[in-house]
Amino acid sequence: MIPILASIVDGVLIGTVYGLAAMGLTLIWGVMNVINLAHGAFIVLGMFALYFLAAALGLPAYGTVPIVLAAGFAFGIVVYWIAVHRIIGRPELMSLLSTFAVNMVLVGLGTALWTTSPYNVPVTVPGVTLRGYTFTGTHLMAALLAVAIAGLLYLLLYHTRIGKAVRAVAGNREAAELSGIPTTQVLAMAFGLGIALAGASGTLIATMFPFTVLSGEAYQLKSFVVTVLGGLGNPAGALLGGIALGLIEGLATPFMPVSWTPIIEFGLFVLCLIAFPRGIFALTRV
Amino acid sequence: MRPKALWIVLAAALASAAPALAAADTLTIGFTDSQTGKLNNDSTAQMRGFELWRDEVNAAGGIAAGGKHYMVNFASYDDESQGTRVQQLYTRLITQDKAQFLFSPYSSGLTASAAIVSEQYGKVMITTGAAEEKTYKLGNKNLFQIYSPAGQYLAGALKALKEKNPNAKIAFVYEDSPFAKAVAHAVRDLAKKEGMSFVLDESYSSDTTDFGPIINKIVAAKADALLGGGHYADGATLARQLHDQKANLKWVTLLVAPDSPNFAKLGDAAVGISVPSQWEPQVTFKPDFGPTAQQFTKQFTDKFKIAPGYHAAGGYAAGLILQHAIEQAGSIDPAKVAAALNKMDVTTMFGRTKFATDPKEHGLQIGHDMVLAQWQRKGGALVKEVVWPDAAKTANVILLNGN
Repeated sequence: MIPILASIVDGVLIGTVYGLAAMGLTLIWGVMNVINLAHGAFIVLGMFALYFLAAALGLPAYGTVPIVLAAGFAFGIVVYWIAVHRIIGRPELMSLLSTFAVNMVLVGLGTALWTTSPYNVPVTVPGVTLRGYTFTGTHLMAALLAVAIAGLLYLLLYHTRIGKAVRAVAGNREAAELSGIPTTQVLAMAFGLGIALAGASGTLIATMFPFTVLSGEAYQLKSFVVTVLGGLGNPAGALLGGIALGLIEGLATPFMPVSWTPIIEFGLFVLCLIAFPRGIFALTRV
Repeated sequence: MRPKALWIVLAAALASAAPALAAADTLTIGFTDSQTGKLNNDSTAQMRGFELWRDEVNAAGGIAAGGKHYMVNFASYDDESQGTRVQQLYTRLITQDKAQFLFSPYSSGLTASAAIVSEQYGKVMITTGAAEEKTYKLGNKNLFQIYSPAGQYLAGALKALKEKNPNAKIAFVYEDSPFAKAVAHAVRDLAKKEGMSFVLDESYSSDTTDFGPIINKIVAAKADALLGGGHYADGATLARQLHDQKANLKWVTLLVAPDSPNFAKLGDAAVGISVPSQWEPQVTFKPDFGPTAQQFTKQFTDKFKIAPGYHAAGGYAAGLILQHAIEQAGSIDPAKVAAALNKMDVTTMFGRTKFATDPKEHGLQIGHDMVLAQWQRKGGALVKEVVWPDAAKTANVILLNGN
């Protein structure tokens, strides 16, 4: 029983971080119908931000999260104006191609600058050991911070005028425009928010595991699964979807080879698309 | 200057240049390396080994064969760590770049792809960083393996573990790649033969980033020794998580990753981790030709400002062996060079090299022996010591977690 419980707890902890990563992806989709294929690259930028701010400049590891959120937001707005703005309202293939190009540029630059060698940021946080199973402090901290950031996003979206504007644009852009909402600025801001969330999730992942320039791909794929589980365009659903994915991984692995996990995940992905195309936790879009 | 005088000067210049032009025969060696993709770390080290050998050969006037001197020229491309790119690029290296000889890419998987092309065109390919045996058991005639085969990788670790703890409960945890699977299956069979018990046999996909579920299985199985791993990225991640999650193992041997000097960046998570190694700078082979291991280490460190691991040494050795075969053949004719390689039984800075000539496993390495190295703390610094076999060891093996 204990091994299964340990796996479940581990799964929920890591799933919360998957959820945070997917929130950025789903927010961008929900507001502007853009599937961001550069999502993984932005996660990786968050990882390297931790490396340079903490390992090289000596900043406390978790103190880098607000910096990454702010820098990610600003960088996201820049990327929005360069690569996204002109494809808003155009066929979805355009957004796929445009963001894929951004992904290639970022991964290419990253490879040239940092190679694809693994980087490691040693972060020491006391963990909890129960009957031989250790829940690391970095996992606990990452999950806590992911929930805290998700809470802040909720407050922003549902308890501020800016959030109201974001939701209005997501609901009906023309109507929002007629109501005097500067929709272009709101779209840029929403994209910036999505990138900030992706970067912050990358930073939290890098406190737990070594990473490379190419690590984003795996988390991007998980983000897609989580997004479909949670419902496209539903940030709260994304967090729940992330926890559900972690839980499924935790429950499955004690009973089958770990190498089967991707089969379970993507089998679920397809099932969800067929049975719950709006997502299991799809209550409302942003 | 009058036109006639100009012609005389030109003729004199050409005449004086003629011997230099004759001596400037070039030998093109083609290969791909993984400048991008997940194999970049180990492939770069291998590439540096190639480069050091080429630069030294050219500085010494090239390879002497049949009264000529051949300056070595490389034709190489980035294979992006992908087999499909390897097949396209090796075809291009042979047909467009006119490579006369080939080095393999890094890794068993990519080499298997390259070997299909090299055999199709009858090109001699010296393989390094490619230990899996299967490729050499397909009836290939022009492949020659520098590394000890995969089946030997963990044999030493298992023997060393048995000496230390014959009752060890072993967990085999390995990457789902051709190389790692070949190694793991061989050592699992050996463990059975040696009467050692294993309590877990688990593979993981190459892009695994979270080893938490596997570590929980290791704890649940009450394993106290782990043998496995795969390549650099997964091995480094696994080592860090084993340390973070206090998996209570006394013995951990991982493939490939701990051999890289970069592994020391893991800090305390690296201490006690051992690695089967094709070569270490401390080895004391007496080479029949070329530098000693110590000379090679110094030359490499001076050039690249980083100590060589076995991937770098394997790259350099591949060049040395090809050079020796061409010199022995007295020709760059592929058939004569292949014949020289078949006859070869030599010792270099990398150790003994002898290739199987049995058609069933032609080109398989049968002369080279491996060592087991382990990261240990010496005066606060992390150093890699040779801990097995006894004849080669520079330190005693230590157990993890103060056991």
